Amino acid sequence: MPAVLETVEQVRCIDVDQYKYGFVTDIESEKAPKGLSEDTVRFISAKKSEPEWMLAWRLEAYKRWLTMREPTWARVDYPKIDYQNAYYYSAPKKKALASLDEVDPEILKTYEKLGIPLREQEILAGVVRPEGERRVAVDAVFDSVSVATTFKEELKKAGVIFMPMSEAIREHPDLVKKYLGSVVPTSDNFFATLNSAVFSDGSFVYVPEGVRCPMELSTYFRINEANTGQFERTLIIADKGAYVSYLEGCTAPMRDENQLHAAVVELVALDDAEIKYSTVQNWYPGDADGKGGIFNFVTKRGDCRGVRSKISWTQVETGSAITWKYPSCILRGDNSRGEFYSIAISNGHQQVDSGTKMLHLGKNTTSRIISKGIAAGKSNNTYRGLVSAHRKAKGARNFTNCDSLLIGHECGAHTVPYIEAKNSSATFEHEATTSKISEDMLFYCRQRGMSAEEATALVVNGFVKDVLQQLPMEFAVEAQKLISISLEGSVG
Amino acid sequence: MAFLEVKNLHVEVEDKKILNGLTLSVEKGQVAAIMGPNGSGKSTLAYVLAGKDNYKVTEGDVLLDGESILEMAPDERAAKGVFLAFQYPVEVPGVATMTFLRTALNAQRKTRGEAEFSTPEFMKLVRETSKHLGIDQEMLRRAVNVGFSGGEKKRNEILQMAVLQPRLAVLDETDSGLDIDALKIVAEGVNRLRSPERSMIVITHYQRLLNFIVPDVVHVMAKGKVVKSGGKELALQLEAKGYAQFADEAA
Ligand SMILES: Nc1ncnc2c1ncn2[C@@H]1O[C@H](COP(=O)(O)OP(=O)(O)OP(=O)(O)O)[C@@H](O)[C@H]1O
Ligand SMILES: [Mg+2]
Repeated sequence: MPAVLETVEQVRCIDVDQYKYGFVTDIESEKAPKGLSEDTVRFISAKKSEPEWMLAWRLEAYKRWLTMREPTWARVDYPKIDYQNAYYYSAPKKKALASLDEVDPEILKTYEKLGIPLREQEILAGVVRPEGERRVAVDAVFDSVSVATTFKEELKKAGVIFMPMSEAIREHPDLVKKYLGSVVPTSDNFFATLNSAVFSDGSFVYVPEGVRCPMELSTYFRINEANTGQFERTLIIADKGAYVSYLEGCTAPMRDENQLHAAVVELVALDDAEIKYSTVQNWYPGDADGKGGIFNFVTKRGDCRGVRSKISWTQVETGSAITWKYPSCILRGDNSRGEFYSIAISNGHQQVDSGTKMLHLGKNTTSRIISKGIAAGKSNNTYRGLVSAHRKAKGARNFTNCDSLLIGHECGAHTVPYIEAKNSSATFEHEATTSKISEDMLFYCRQRGMSAEEATALVVNGFVKDVLQQLPMEFAVEAQKLISISLEGSVG
Repeated sequence: MAFLEVKNLHVEVEDKKILNGLTLSVEKGQVAAIMGPNGSGKSTLAYVLAGKDNYKVTEGDVLLDGESILEMAPDERAAKGVFLAFQYPVEVPGVATMTFLRTALNAQRKTRGEAEFSTPEFMKLVRETSKHLGIDQEMLRRAVNVGFSGGEKKRNEILQMAVLQPRLAVLDETDSGLDIDALKIVAEGVNRLRSPERSMIVITHYQRLLNFIVPDVVHVMAKGKVVKSGGKELALQLEAKGYAQFADEAA
């Protein structure tokens, strides 16, 4: 078969069934009754032994949500979600473990299958590494409850607070009250409001003034229960001069029914602080016919509240049936900086509508956007970005580069940039390219001995290199693997 | 039977007939030069041997070591030892030359059922090979052919050939764009790879290259077929009189 046809063929039969992580862990779980009502919200709050103020906060969000409509502006198309036909809380029955040895072996097996790097598995298994080696602390969110938190002691020594959100609500109510909802208000958007009402758990991080977090913080999310919406809530605060790098990685088991996922992540960087947030997202994308798969509606926003603060989002998006996600930065502090580096790969019937917002409010604020979209199969991949400069944002600067790569003839790539400059001294640069994967390039690789699949993976990895370089080392290696996996089956 | 047998090959591209019953054999260990005017189909022959898409073989066959390769994918042919040094090497942005080479070598070895090279083994191999070709390590870290000068691109092709150790190497105008020093380095690189186990087809317009890479035979192509074959003196004759003398024979 000639190569062009072959490539098309490859892509056509990309087998999403090959999704490696489609399995279900068998542990008993405890669910809230089906559907969403004030009672559901009370049930969740009670399950978490939350204080009264938290319940009140949730209820207010719930009431607000009842008056809101699901947004329709994104270039995604999905059957109507029946919010009354889902479960909003599910937790493994065994919880609150005193030590890692008590982690359910089923869960450890799950991590193994997920291919969580050996290093982190060791940590989960409690292997002690010699001092001085770079470590990763894992706060494992399994379904809705954090079941294991590692390295707590060492972080504590540094004064870093890293714990499940549910625990932080009880142990650090002042910090939570001060910052929760301060970046993404409860009324922000339909999905964020829903999350505010029913969020299950997530991570809470506080890095005190002048502290450089001694290790990369990492969380693995898994959806395990059929019909269980996942509503993580993460809040990260870097106090003056603090630094923290946070890694988030997701995979989910195979499901028939669509699963709703609506996370909220809030970042707050005070004066001279820096937060680096990296995501590798690999939720179940659905089967070869586009059936099943996760609906991923995420609100991620960082507030560069202090002067010279910096927030950097890096994401590798390969999974989900629907992705609706715009990690953003509010550049409030003078001389603050926001960055967004993204690789979004869509295949099969996946639909991705993702991008960022850079809101320049302070003087001499700068931002940089590098987005690489790869569409294969029958997928649709949209970059949607907003860059705006407020009247007072003198000297604001943005550089945007959006490249799209098409593999095959049935996919689509779209770029939707919005630019608003209310200040004449703002400098916005925008570059965008869309290209088809080059047959000449593939032929060159194949002449040297690479299979069509290897050649495609190599070319794609080259295409996304600028973004891969932004990821912490361990993550970059994992992401590279994921890119090959997600284009796998593209060759018969 | 010769190592490479091209038999009465007819090839079309986009409904345009380019090769018209081309017949050619190259013995094991032989270095054959192919010369011919622009547009006579030399690169087309090279691409068809390598298995490029869109080249439709309407008649004839190509046998490598007695086996027809026309139905094989390009990578399958590569694993069988077919190598093409491109007239216009392709840029692969974002992929370090070193990574590219290693992926290629290990892919071929895997197809042949051989063990993959370990990183240190591979590094040693590449370092030694590139030194001979005057390629510095910095260039190996750069993306494949991106921002390479014309001469660097050609040298990079020869480096790949030296690392991949093919059984049939087709060099398509590897001398074009090279200054005289680079030409000597490349020719030396090619000569080092001459072996009784390796056949080479050297496509060129210039006798000059053939002073350095002395061919065993010279074939002249015109209008999609071989119109004349002879010894190395044939190249000198062409240099002196041009191609016009063969125009009738192709008609
Ligand atoms: N893809 C194509 N579509 C149409 N015509 C083509 C295509 N590829 C090659 N040709 C034509 O086929 C003929 C032979 O081209 P080819 O590149 O093989 O010549 P060549 O002998 O290598 O020439 P040169 O010495 O200039 O490199 C030319 O007329 C060329 O225009
Ligand atoms: Mg040519």
